[in-house]
Amino acid sequence: MGSPLPSAQRETFKYDDSIVKKFLIATMIWGLVALLLGVFIASQLADWKLNFGISWLTFGRLRPLHTNAAIFAFAGNAIFAGIYHSSQRLLKTRMASDWMSKLHFWGWQLVILLAAITLPLGITQGKEYAELEWPIDLLITGVWVIFAVNFFRTLAIRRERHIYVAIWFYIATIVTVALLHIVNAIVIPVTLFQSYPVYAGVQDALVQWWYGHNAVAFFLTTPLLGLMYYYLPKAIKRPIYSYRLSIIHFWSLVFIYIWAGPHHLLYSALPEWAQVMGVVFSVMLLAPSWGGMINGLLTMRGAWDRVRRDPVLKFFLAAITFYGMSTFEGPLLSIRSINALAHYTDWIIGHVHGGVLGWNGFMIVAMAYYLVPRLWKTKLYSERLANIHFWTATLGIIMYLLSMWTSGITQGLMLRAVEGSRLMYPDFMETVIRLIPLYYVRAIGGSLYLLGYCLFLVNMIKTIRSAPKNIEDDVYTATPMGPFKHDFETENSHRFLEGSANIFIAYTVIAVLVGSVIEIVPTLDAHRYIKIPDSKKPYSPLELQGRDIYVREGCYNCHSQMIRPLKAEVMRYGPFSKPEDSVYDHPFQWGSKRTGPDLANLSGKYPDSWHYYHMKDPRLVTPKSIMPAYPWLYKNKTDMDSLSKKLRVMQQLGVPYTDEQVQNAVELAETQAKGIATTLETQGVPKVSDSKEIIALIAYLQTLKPLELP
Amino acid sequence: MTIISMLLPLALLLATGFILGFIWAVRNGQWDDVDTPPQRILMDDLDSEIHPRG
Ligand code: HEC
Repeated sequence: MGSPLPSAQRETFKYDDSIVKKFLIATMIWGLVALLLGVFIASQLADWKLNFGISWLTFGRLRPLHTNAAIFAFAGNAIFAGIYHSSQRLLKTRMASDWMSKLHFWGWQLVILLAAITLPLGITQGKEYAELEWPIDLLITGVWVIFAVNFFRTLAIRRERHIYVAIWFYIATIVTVALLHIVNAIVIPVTLFQSYPVYAGVQDALVQWWYGHNAVAFFLTTPLLGLMYYYLPKAIKRPIYSYRLSIIHFWSLVFIYIWAGPHHLLYSALPEWAQVMGVVFSVMLLAPSWGGMINGLLTMRGAWDRVRRDPVLKFFLAAITFYGMSTFEGPLLSIRSINALAHYTDWIIGHVHGGVLGWNGFMIVAMAYYLVPRLWKTKLYSERLANIHFWTATLGIIMYLLSMWTSGITQGLMLRAVEGSRLMYPDFMETVIRLIPLYYVRAIGGSLYLLGYCLFLVNMIKTIRSAPKNIEDDVYTATPMGPFKHDFETENSHRFLEGSANIFIAYTVIAVLVGSVIEIVPTLDAHRYIKIPDSKKPYSPLELQGRDIYVREGCYNCHSQMIRPLKAEVMRYGPFSKPEDSVYDHPFQWGSKRTGPDLANLSGKYPDSWHYYHMKDPRLVTPKSIMPAYPWLYKNKTDMDSLSKKLRVMQQLGVPYTDEQVQNAVELAETQAKGIATTLETQGVPKVSDSKEIIALIAYLQTLKPLELP
Repeated sequence: MTIISMLLPLALLLATGFILGFIWAVRNGQWDDVDTPPQRILMDDLDSEIHPRG
């Protein structure tokens, strides 16, 4: 930047690279854990026996650990590594506080460790990607605040006036994730290990998917885009194709993303207008996303020979291509008619893995291949190995995506197939059996990706091992940032509005977006209150206990409780779900995937004894079922100690329990349990103990019924 | 849908925050020059007096 100023004005400083190294190593380790878990649970869907009959290895408990590990441990640590490395360089200053960086690092690892312990134990809030219980949520908040304070203090002491676009992406991430996390995690604790969210039913669903979608947007997309805008130009040694476009990309993305959440709830009991809003904004997202993709790809134009040779660039190219693919698929899946087919199926699983394995995973390894040799001042151990990694992983993703697309479309088509007035495949198992071969293909695809990842780890370990003994931190110098003076005197004060066309366009876009949202507000009042009919009774104490077991076991990872108003669905399951059905559901359990059938209208479909045998081993009543067996429910005693407290909390949340019910919760539960045990005995089940968890679960399952409205 | 009365203001608050950030950036002259910043990030190593490797 011009000729250096006299050295008297220049300041000398070092960057804190040790924190970057820490986060990088954590990334490598947790990435392995996340992938191992993924392959493991994928294999369980191919062959249910692979949970070995151990409660904490079952699908319902490990899937949350897999998703949390992939998002918050693998991608999370990688994002932090990249942010700490690039921000210091972009802002030309060391992080404001080394100890805050360290606290952030160790705090985050503690969160991950606690997740790895609690989730397999079934300690969960039962909301996807927000499963961690309230003490861990508090810890996350604390760590995030430390990160934010450290980051913004660093921003304040920067020596470079211009804030490069990557930094803007980081800022958006830090602010938005804090907001999302806090709003979605508001709960009332019952014990140290359990809590109920303050929201119920539709409201909980909307908050959850507002959070869930934006976790994808602001945890898995914006920070990685920031990393792309820094590391891609660095790796290819040329500036980003269009810096203007990158600024427009950023601003349009942050304003549109936040409204897209309801696309997870199409055809659900969410009010129509909210669904429409979700769809409109989701489709709009295509434009900025593809703007970003094109910007990334065009940065590589004319350098294809290097892309062909250099593994770092190869991974960048593939990652950006997957970004383009996922951001095309997303809006597509938001279109109602396509969503009707794809929702609840494995297509969605394919979609998210295109994003996480392709876009995030490849971005992360590209960054690591670039950074590790530089930070450890050595050369990459083997480019050949990196190339093999690339091809193995790419083949793995392709197998993964193809199998899941096929599985999703097959399941979607079979479940909706109607001939005259009857379903063509009335037996749900028929569709499950059709998908099992695809689950094997998926497991193989995932294993290939894992194999590639192991090659990456070997490469990294060898590289780090070859580092010189004593690495000295480089010394940098720069001039401090002087005060800013705007030349308003000589220029028109409207200059900042008219000065440059892209700024004016951005203003217009923002105005339109805010305007359209405000327009929607008046339509709200009409939908504001759900009248709760008198016939809607809250769960009895035993049913509530059963529901907690349902949440603990993570049944929502395979079952939905939301019948959509579609012909085939109503024929298969019964009357579609309405907002009233889940008004007392803290948390809602609508689910997002139907590996098993919807359970919203389960009540009375089977006798108690059927459930008794089915939960013990589903194969006893449904041959070839892939649902896990739950033998421990027949050994564990139903927890009665906290029952009164649970009802009290529910009462505080507005569920109409009387004080007598709260006080007599245990007796009420015991009486009901005795009744169910007697029923089971009359249905021919030998030796039933009424104190076991299975009784509570059956009590809950038999309440699942859409409300009959007059 | 009482929850909307909380989510919507929150989202608008967030949007307002971003808008303020945007206005600040424009008035601060952040994008008066959009040609040198993308070039400059490539030179941050060369800019220092001791040239690190890599
Ligand atoms: C790995 C995915 C998976 C998990 C986890 C799972 N299920 Fe299932 N479930 C299935 C499949 C597949 C079926 C269909 C075959 C069958 O009936 O077993 C099914 C069927 C059922 C049925 C019969 C529904 C009907 O209408 O016929 C019930 C009830 C049920 N599951 C309850 C549960 C409960 C309760 C849990 C949690 C403790 C649970 N499931 C966990 C996959 C799963």
